[in-house]
Amino acid sequence: MREISFTQALDEAMLEEMERDARVITFATRRATALERTFGGKRVRFTPISEAAFTGIGLGAAGSGYRPVVHWGMVTFSFVAMDQIVNQASKIRYMFGGQADFPVTYRCTTGGGAQIAAQHSQSPYSMFMHLAGLKIVLPATPADAKGLLKSSIRDNNPVIFFECSRLAAVTGPVPDGDVTVPLGVAEVKRAGRDVTVVGLAYYVREALAVAEALAREGISVEVIDPRTLVPLDVAAIRASVRKTGRLVVVDEAPATCSAASEIIAVVTEDPETFRALKAPAQRVCAAPVPVPFSPPLEKAALPDQARIEAAIRRVL
Amino acid sequence: MSVEMLRAMILIREFDLLAIELRKQKRVHGVVHPYVGEEAVAVGVCSALRRTDRITSTHRGHGHCIAKGADINRMMAELFGRVDGYCKGKGGSMHIADFAIGMLGANGIVAGGLPIACGAALAAQLEGAGAVTACFFGDGATGEGEFHESLNIASLWKLPLIFVCENNQYGAENAVESVRVVGDIATHAAAYGLPGVTVDGNDVLAVHDATRAAVERARGGDGPTLLHCRTFRWLFHAMRDAPPPETRSADLLASWTARDRDAIARLEDHLAGQGVLTESALRTMRDEVKRDLDAAVAFAEASPYPDPKDLLVDMFAP
Ligand SMILES: Cc1ncc(C[n+]2csc(CCOP(=O)(O)OP(=O)(O)O)c2C)c(N)n1
Ligand SMILES: [Mg+2]
Repeated sequence: MREISFTQALDEAMLEEMERDARVITFATRRATALERTFGGKRVRFTPISEAAFTGIGLGAAGSGYRPVVHWGMVTFSFVAMDQIVNQASKIRYMFGGQADFPVTYRCTTGGGAQIAAQHSQSPYSMFMHLAGLKIVLPATPADAKGLLKSSIRDNNPVIFFECSRLAAVTGPVPDGDVTVPLGVAEVKRAGRDVTVVGLAYYVREALAVAEALAREGISVEVIDPRTLVPLDVAAIRASVRKTGRLVVVDEAPATCSAASEIIAVVTEDPETFRALKAPAQRVCAAPVPVPFSPPLEKAALPDQARIEAAIRRVL
Repeated sequence: MSVEMLRAMILIREFDLLAIELRKQKRVHGVVHPYVGEEAVAVGVCSALRRTDRITSTHRGHGHCIAKGADINRMMAELFGRVDGYCKGKGGSMHIADFAIGMLGANGIVAGGLPIACGAALAAQLEGAGAVTACFFGDGATGEGEFHESLNIASLWKLPLIFVCENNQYGAENAVESVRVVGDIATHAAAYGLPGVTVDGNDVLAVHDATRAAVERARGGDGPTLLHCRTFRWLFHAMRDAPPPETRSADLLASWTARDRDAIARLEDHLAGQGVLTESALRTMRDEVKRDLDAAVAFAEASPYPDPKDLLVDMFAP
């Protein structure tokens, strides 16, 4: 299969979805020159730096028959649009009794590891998971990025699509043509017997690298990628933990009220899965600090392979 | 048409006066923000729109709904929290919507509707069928960034949009002049390159005419207009179990509620003067409004509360 980068995969998804459905429109503060050339300035717009307005414009156009894809740039910038995300987008369908659908996709980059310091190194997906009413997507491979973006655009609900910055240039096999990945279906990225490691985004790769290394010692690690956090494939995660009896969750967001916390909660509150646990579940997350600038400090703040390995050894 | 405008204004006023009584009796729930005194804005604007045009509304939104042609039975059922309400009891007074008539929702967040209205106007522009959007908001909303961002983008993209500022002189308990230096809200328009028009918001015909001009401009592809309607909130900002005490001066209230300033009385007198409306026709109209409102209450009370087993219904679209 051909190999393309995460970014190329996302570009392909945009191109194909805009071709497939004339109701797909897109806007961002940054010009999408290639799309603009193909689809024209009506459907492909660049906006003033007015995140609150263009976040709400996406919602209003979605409620009026279009399928906007709104790119915030970094998730950082979405915070000045919190009213439209929290008070409007997440509530609008339910609050109005399901009268209308709001098929809008909000894309954003996320994550640390690039020495751009606190404000530009954030992983706040659990803030949005908490709202009820938004679907949350977080791909870890180019193929999933493409397939999930296609599904997000076709989904009839507001979706926040997180694009991990450290994965942007990573390449991987991506099938040709119209292949979608459903929202709400986790993938076992590596099967194993002894411990379940749930990784998110960049940390799926890191977990796979650790699994490979530990395999040489005869430790069999199962790596699960939820791919979407809302809906979360609870059944797949529980099934894996019932098999292995051990759980480590790895993410670069700080642990407090995180996706990692949620994953551990849904595992431990299920009686059958709880009884299958042979060790306390572990979170490998960022330190509870704004991500610092200086490379050694940033490295200390974020999870890494050594910490993943240590957590696995603790539960074995 | 003017007679229909009068009927709509009377219905709006009586609806909210009734809502206040029903809230005191604890028959409806939550918060009531009465629109009493401001009826000419909703009716003047919506009478210049088509059914296929869209509006966004505010926390003080019952008048906008009625003026756009919403069914008062389903509005009332929503206030009662019943399953036949517009939102099946999930929204209440501050979140009534009727997408079928282009009423894209009241909004509990000051200025929250402006970006959404821009999005609806963008959709209309792309559709190319000549539909426009009218966006209602209070004087208080001009303090929010969403107001300024929306004016700029709408002007930049020439969106078919009418920004309707209902300047009722107060944002909750604060007088406009205590939170703004510039009294004429229409002046914001110049900074964003769109026309700004100030009208007497208690003169329904003036509001209608100003809206018509703005709608024409929008349908013609020339972009948005900011319509600044000067009006007055006759009653309290909001009530829960009981209306809060009045803190404004009696003189001020008297000057705005006088017959020559009351939007409804003015249109009555105007129509009577033209010989279009007799005393008895007016009485009949008021009786009909009362009968319709009684029927709305009966409809609401006959409707069941939503079943808790449906709590999760409507969360995500299939
Ligand atoms: C963003 C936001 N801040 C504060 C409030 C609380 N609040 C509700 S209505 C209101 C006053 C709004 O004044 P205005 O916009 O003039 O509308 P009016 O109530 O006069 O119709 C306030 C402060 C809110 N709903 N939203
Ligand atoms: Mg006000």
